[in-house]
Amino acid sequence: MNNNVILVSNNSPHLYDKFQKLLTEKNLINKYQLKKFNTFGLNTYTSIIKIYPDKIIYVDSLENDIEEIVNDHLINGKIVKRLLYKNEHKNYLKSGPLPIYHKQLRLVLRNSGLIDPESIESYLSREGYRALAKILNNTTQDNVIDEIKISELRGRGGAGYPTWLKWNFTKQAQSDIKYIICNADEGDPGAYMDRSVLEGDPHSVIEGMIIAAFTVNANNGFIYIRAEYPLAIKRLEKAIKDAKEYGFLGKNILGTNFSFDIEIRLGAGAFVCGEETALISSIEGNRGMPRPRPPFPSTKGLWEKPTVINNVETLANIPLIILKGGDWYNKIGTEKSKGTKVFALTGKVKNSGLVEVPMGTSLREIIYDVGGGILNDNKFKAVQTGGPSGGVIPEDKLDTPISYESLNELGSIMGSGGMIVMDHTDCMVDVSKFYLQFSVDESCGKCSPCRIGGRQMLDLLTNISEGKSDESIIEKIEAISSAMQKASLCGLGQTAPNPVISTLKYFKDEYIDHIVNKKCISGKCKSLIVFEIDKNNCIGCHLCAIKCPVNAISGGKKEIHYIDQNKCIKCGLCFDACKFNAVIKS
Amino acid sequence: MEDNNLNYIENAIFEGVEDIKLSEELMEHIEKWKDKPGNLIMILHRVQQIFGYIPLNVAVKIAKELNIHLAKIYGVITFYHFFKTEKPGRHKISICMGTACYLKGAEKISDELQELLGIEIGQTTKDGLFTLETVRCIGCCGLAPVMTIDDEVYGNLKPEDIAGIISKYTNIKTGV
Repeated sequence: MNNNVILVSNNSPHLYDKFQKLLTEKNLINKYQLKKFNTFGLNTYTSIIKIYPDKIIYVDSLENDIEEIVNDHLINGKIVKRLLYKNEHKNYLKSGPLPIYHKQLRLVLRNSGLIDPESIESYLSREGYRALAKILNNTTQDNVIDEIKISELRGRGGAGYPTWLKWNFTKQAQSDIKYIICNADEGDPGAYMDRSVLEGDPHSVIEGMIIAAFTVNANNGFIYIRAEYPLAIKRLEKAIKDAKEYGFLGKNILGTNFSFDIEIRLGAGAFVCGEETALISSIEGNRGMPRPRPPFPSTKGLWEKPTVINNVETLANIPLIILKGGDWYNKIGTEKSKGTKVFALTGKVKNSGLVEVPMGTSLREIIYDVGGGILNDNKFKAVQTGGPSGGVIPEDKLDTPISYESLNELGSIMGSGGMIVMDHTDCMVDVSKFYLQFSVDESCGKCSPCRIGGRQMLDLLTNISEGKSDESIIEKIEAISSAMQKASLCGLGQTAPNPVISTLKYFKDEYIDHIVNKKCISGKCKSLIVFEIDKNNCIGCHLCAIKCPVNAISGGKKEIHYIDQNKCIKCGLCFDACKFNAVIKS
Repeated sequence: MEDNNLNYIENAIFEGVEDIKLSEELMEHIEKWKDKPGNLIMILHRVQQIFGYIPLNVAVKIAKELNIHLAKIYGVITFYHFFKTEKPGRHKISICMGTACYLKGAEKISDELQELLGIEIGQTTKDGLFTLETVRCIGCCGLAPVMTIDDEVYGNLKPEDIAGIISKYTNIKTGV
């Protein structure tokens, strides 16, 4: 067997093509197996090339570098040092478990990056559809529910509702028609777990849906996916088609009298459609507005029929639980939160990427051990989980083991898995304004606490960031927050104040600094910053004056310059341009 | 009564709109979805794929084909960010405003683009070459800040990179 393999990350097809061209030209094409792989976890690089059996990893290569790799490495056996993957100590690393994989436990991502997502055979070779065969052979619907109950799997979309309970309600509901919906409307900015699962291992989600359908007696399923994920849609379409051909989907699955079919429905860019009742409206072809619950979708959902709605990650767990048993799954995690959770670790962290860890792993382990610490070795300030519905967590809480409960106690939420690291250059007022702006834009406008409350609170935060407020403002914010939490119709409005409440809780001093001292120490709130010239450092090079878009800087050559505060628009270009630290931001 | 008013307004719009013959492919798509419940959004997606936006005369045609009110169609189009009612430029520039990009300076990228192109977010340049818009998150957080031009992703951006990237697209047009 030929064990000379070249793997090219699938985010750089042009490099793959170049390899193919050069290998063919040099008659090496039969000597090497050229393959693509999914760039999992390590996606801070524009390209990754792995060469076996040498176990060499090249990163950030450009098209012109390929020739050098082929000539020097493949032909002459000389490693191209400048392209090697290096760790933070500048030591290059051989392929094998990379630091980012330490402490990870990949269950949901078990196949991602290892299989060809467009090949059903590839999935089958990794025990694919074995769980489905198992339940169709000799398992009753109650057995499946029991197994999921024992596993204590909870919904990974954010709220953490026990999956077996949802299924059981739908199973017990009396109706000829029932539906399964896979919620793939991943809208949290800064989170892309679901996309990666669907692109890397679409069959695992489909298998999960089929098992759910068998358990609750559903014959039709829908995958509601964002139109912004074209590759995931393409792979799902292929996977559904292949599964039909193999008899895993369609009429009389695997020769039994159970039939189930899946259709894809596209979202159209509305965050609120991640909320289950809004999602149902959207599949029905309407404006995606939520409705009051109860009745819950499990008894009255899509077209008023009993409907199970599960998130992508939840469904991807199902085949594994069926195969390995609920007992096995139950041993992973904390007392009340079982299994693993996939996080999209991003922001000011060295290794950005997808991270799957057992519940109970601490935030510190994720950020420092898996994530490699803070970018540029800056000072850690806070980590945000749960996106616009979540909150920030400060340094002294970093040792908290992750679970649904512990994150709630800290004033944040598990959410769908966004995890954004912030350093000392990030302003907490600015961050909460960013999230609130998001929720205000995405509010569907149906209920007034969310529609009006969000807008009012955003105005108050804007006043703070512009230095136009007094201390009474905090009380007003708290009153509006409480009204929104209690009276909003759906999760979007109820959780929209979370980023504001949590930043107020842990970083009140920073708010007071903005309100009383009219100061923004991180320099993010433009209205509160002043750019000035340091007379001792200015050499009169005139560079700042050239860069200034509004001609606010005056001074002749070799003279000390001056910034006219009335003209200055605080764009910061002069600050970035000055090579002598003569522009001070205060 | 309300429905009568709606019909009256609708008829007035219908009369003022130039009739359009839809391509066979689109008609087939409509035919395929016509009797399925919840078809509207899936049909609109195809229309936008073909035209780049939802032209009024096409919306009128769909209202007639599906026998639903034009108001219902516009209710849906205006609810979802993805659907556009105006013709976009030849190249679509999308600046990612997800959290990771925002923290790593997406605003500066956005300022630079607006300045260079002389348009604001949501607008199209006069020559019809570029449309500028922001998107929530394209799932490339490791490369933040990120923008896409059509299907091409540009990551780890700095404001000074922008002019060079844009010039690639203007050169194509002028053939320089």
